[in-house]
Amino acid sequence: MAKCIATAGLGKIFSTAEGSTVALESIDLAVDASEFVTLVGASGCGKSTLLRIIAGLDQKSHGQVSIAGAPIDGPDVDRAVVFQHYSLYPWLTVVQNIKFSRQLAIHRRDITSADVEAAAGRAEALLEVMGLTHVANAYPNQLSGGMQQRVAIARALLPRPQILLMDEPFGALDAQTRDVMHDLIRYLSAIENTTVVFVTHDVEEAIYLGNRVVVMAPRPGRVDSIHGVPLPDERTQDMKLSPDFIALKRTILERIRETSGMKTDYDTLRKLTQHAAWIT
Amino acid sequence: MLPVEPILTTLTTGARQASSPRIALWVIRGPLSARRYWAFAITGLLFPIAAWWLASTAGWMDKVFLPSPQDVVIRIATWLTQGNLQRDIWVSTYRVTAGWLLSALLALPLGLFIGTYRPIQALLEPLMDFIRYMPAVAFIPLVMIWIGIDESSKIAIIFIGTFFQMVLMMAEDVRRVPMQQIEAAQTMGATRDEVMFRVVFQSAKPALLDTLRVTMGWAWTYLVVAELVAANSGLGYAILKAQRFLQTDKIFAGILLIGAIGLAMDQSFRWLHRRSFPWLYSR
Repeated sequence: MAKCIATAGLGKIFSTAEGSTVALESIDLAVDASEFVTLVGASGCGKSTLLRIIAGLDQKSHGQVSIAGAPIDGPDVDRAVVFQHYSLYPWLTVVQNIKFSRQLAIHRRDITSADVEAAAGRAEALLEVMGLTHVANAYPNQLSGGMQQRVAIARALLPRPQILLMDEPFGALDAQTRDVMHDLIRYLSAIENTTVVFVTHDVEEAIYLGNRVVVMAPRPGRVDSIHGVPLPDERTQDMKLSPDFIALKRTILERIRETSGMKTDYDTLRKLTQHAAWIT
Repeated sequence: MLPVEPILTTLTTGARQASSPRIALWVIRGPLSARRYWAFAITGLLFPIAAWWLASTAGWMDKVFLPSPQDVVIRIATWLTQGNLQRDIWVSTYRVTAGWLLSALLALPLGLFIGTYRPIQALLEPLMDFIRYMPAVAFIPLVMIWIGIDESSKIAIIFIGTFFQMVLMMAEDVRRVPMQQIEAAQTMGATRDEVMFRVVFQSAKPALLDTLRVTMGWAWTYLVVAELVAANSGLGYAILKAQRFLQTDKIFAGILLIGAIGLAMDQSFRWLHRRSFPWLYSR
């Protein structure tokens, strides 16, 4: 049974020279074991900050965060993180990057030769699944951005993490690769009972991947609404065209639009062109 | 006839571009072939020498003020055959390298800690900033009183000249390691020591080697200063002595020799950089 994540009255305040901003305000969120939760929201809603606090990379200002009932004290092996970009080690080859965690003391404790073999097998399988076998011995800077991101995901998946935290991991990928990655990550998390918290700004991605979609709102960063996804656990690409999917997408987009503080109604847009005579 | 013409024009312009890549020379940050690179480099090196040769042989200036390149070459030859050029070069290289190596051995751990831990940065960086503005020459009397007039005093001057700059540059190299690389290791369960040596140090290594290369150059510039301290050998000492006898050709020879040794060392460092960090050069 995988661990679960719980926050209660969680808050985060960033202090700058100009004053302090409330990045997160009283976040109450519970993620069940082996659940796939996606966080969406307008920029500035604190979704990445929330993820970083759960990862133990940022400190909370008040409230509680716990993993399986135990309060978080910094980053740890039970929570793997896939960052948006630039987290690979340029001096290591692709396969060395993927196996990096094997060199760390924590994974070398009480190690058997069967463990080593299993890890090598998993590394090889990850390379194959990610379509990286032919570049296994290349350096990251020889790869495209999308390929680099696949290496980063493989690296995070190698130690079979119980909790996987992903911060817009597919933002730099092209649409086709992204679809493949979606199916891959759903498949792996289901088989290995991984609990996943996935941050994205793409509503379609959030619905397709998530068991639940958490919509967040900015100023101050807060949970706006939580939506259960009415799709079976085994997802297929054509579900994106189902009426349920489209209806949920419409609802969530509306929530985000309402909270983003941006206006695209015709009265507001017309103002743009009304006073623009000087352009010509 | 009409529709053919534009095709012909594109064909000919295309051919012209292929036969004369001159156009590509001034592309912003454009590439340059190895052959062209060396052509430019040699022009850049030869031009001042040609100007010097012209100015000195045309008789515009007194030989005492400006010796000709031939004079300097002859001087180097006699220095080698009748003097002790080899010993001077060896002694100076030893002093510079020893002072620089001592700096590097101390600056490397300090730079790592200053660049990694804010309290150590706060403790040491303002102090280093303060000391590095003090002129190394001004320390000569102190060094003579504290250390004496033997080899170690010359090494000490070079150390004072390079160490404080080196620490600050290395701290900056370490600070430039992307936070994402550190955080990725932490989330994989790396301890603080592992983050330090498997990530921060590894990531900063190319920049640190560049800092070592640059500071080696600075160490050489302190040579003449160091050999002000009761020296009786070395290139810097030879330059100082030549001044007393108005041997401008020997001053020129000494300066050019220091430049040549520095250039050779710089190129060695660049070669080492390419050898040690292949991922930076493989694209």
